[in-house]
Amino acid sequence: MCECCTESKKDIYLPQMATVTETRLMNETEMYLRLTMDDGEFVYKPGHFVEISIAGIGEAPFTIASSPTMTNGFEIVVRRIGNVSNAIHNLKVGGKVGVRGPLGEGIYPAEEAKGKNVVFVCGGIGLVPQRSFINYVLDNRSDYGDVAILMGIKNYDQRFFQEELEGWVKRDDVTFLETLDEGDGRWDGSVGVVTTLVENVKGLLNNAVVPVCGPPIMYKFVLMALAEYDVPHDRIYLNLERKMKCGVGKCGHCQINDLYCCMDGPVFKYSDLAKVPEAI
Amino acid sequence: MTVKKLSKNDFDGFVDAIIQSKKVYGPQVKGEKYDFGTLSTSQDLCLDYDVSLLPPTKYFLPVRETLMTYEVGGAYKSEYDEESFVLLGVHPYDLVAINQMDILFSQDNYDSHYMTRRKNGTIVACDVVTPSANVFASSMGTAVGKDGCDLLVTDIGDGYVLEAVTDKGAILLAKANQTTEANDSDIQKRQAVWGANEKGLNKHELKCDPHYLPKLLDKAYDHPVWDEMAETCFACGSCNLVCPTCYCFDVKDDVNWDMVTGKRERCLDGCLLDGFSKVAGNHEFRNVQAHRFRHRLFRKAKYVPAKIGGQIACVGCGRCVDACLPNIANPVTIYNKLLDDIGIS
Repeated sequence: MCECCTESKKDIYLPQMATVTETRLMNETEMYLRLTMDDGEFVYKPGHFVEISIAGIGEAPFTIASSPTMTNGFEIVVRRIGNVSNAIHNLKVGGKVGVRGPLGEGIYPAEEAKGKNVVFVCGGIGLVPQRSFINYVLDNRSDYGDVAILMGIKNYDQRFFQEELEGWVKRDDVTFLETLDEGDGRWDGSVGVVTTLVENVKGLLNNAVVPVCGPPIMYKFVLMALAEYDVPHDRIYLNLERKMKCGVGKCGHCQINDLYCCMDGPVFKYSDLAKVPEAI
Repeated sequence: MTVKKLSKNDFDGFVDAIIQSKKVYGPQVKGEKYDFGTLSTSQDLCLDYDVSLLPPTKYFLPVRETLMTYEVGGAYKSEYDEESFVLLGVHPYDLVAINQMDILFSQDNYDSHYMTRRKNGTIVACDVVTPSANVFASSMGTAVGKDGCDLLVTDIGDGYVLEAVTDKGAILLAKANQTTEANDSDIQKRQAVWGANEKGLNKHELKCDPHYLPKLLDKAYDHPVWDEMAETCFACGSCNLVCPTCYCFDVKDDVNWDMVTGKRERCLDGCLLDGFSKVAGNHEFRNVQAHRFRHRLFRKAKYVPAKIGGQIACVGCGRCVDACLPNIANPVTIYNKLLDDIGIS
């Protein structure tokens, strides 16, 4: 046997306990939670994800929704859609969860993007993973060029983080544009899919890093829209969703051709996905 | 290391001596086939078996195992299987598979559950006496070899040649009372067995050097063979279950009857199964059966090899060929078809 057998019994699957310090139902299905690790420190970067465990129910991956510039714990947003997410929705302040992470080696280019424009393209709940990088950029605003956030969401009732979004609208150092797929009487803004907003920020694109996150169907249309403005593929960052069961490159569920979403991602440069047909 | 000879009669005594001191798993008759199981007497051991139903890798990555325990709503505690054991009668091709798993479970993120079992195991390999109906280990270069085992046993007709490959193997071999030093004739006979197996475990012949396969697959992603073969695939996952190099797993929580305590279990999963890549919200990323079928073959000969220094993650055991009901799983059939159509360049 090899020298690796002398490694200690650190269990890569063992969650550490964290306490829920804040919860807020943001719309019918999305719940915001703030978590604090019981043993203190939790160091992460924009784009990292965590595996959240509810003992007796199971474990599921969630991208961290907060920026590391935020102190006092970290935030996740959980859509009520399966066993684990249902159990998380039932948690109250003071409740306990297991946390593994931060995980992922493909994260947002927080350093490389410095000095460049940043144009975020978000579809629906895809705002959540992007929010970590968005708030990081806004908290280090002078490090970056022009910043635009394009947000598309299905309908008025599914909107979330509304106070925060209104804050972005009011800032004069950020272009925030929002559109609804389905308009209604309560909405006097844009109606249409998120790609219709790209034209409004075309002036920013020639020197921009473009992080993209949304439902699977969205990516191809966003890439087509960005192609119209010749955005180089190595400046488009796609945050991909897969079944990241183990989160540490073993279980095989999140494999995208030869890449592991959990280890190589979840954020990928589009140029690195040229020979990865399963990516989108 | 030490090379000894033991008569067939004395070999039984050697096996019984091991059973007295440790838990031993070995190949035994199971219906009309063979499988590894707990050995209670040397009389149950079938060292001349052709192939086991399930691969011996299951003793390091069990079909189901407890990773940790917890109280509902509380903290988790890692659980390890600390019992040391002897895995007796592992064929060389399965040994290659175990060596590959060792790399995969120790690299990048060290899997202490797999590695604890591996550390607690002593592997006694044995050269193949009876080739199975679908073995193609000769084509894969895995028919003969002792790397990774602790003790190698070779049936040379009038007895066994035993070679201690590691210290662990030497300690085990010391339990054999009637051994003699293997003489030149014994060593030559063993060499003859190796020579025969290097060519003879080849019921399906791969028409290229296996190391060419990643290059071949580079050109085969959109080949019609995947659709053609997968047309009759039941998506049953049998090929995954019996494969010694399939290690994908699922993890599930199970609450005990007291409704207070519970365990988190790991169980084998299979990339051929419907739902393997399904995420919350029911989006299935690999939802076409032919794509799942292709993924298995690409893992074996391109994706996993890239992680383990180019070794092909198909060892030619032929179990998938045995297990596949519509008879579409044979990797050699597929690779040869691709070679015929695309060629070597």
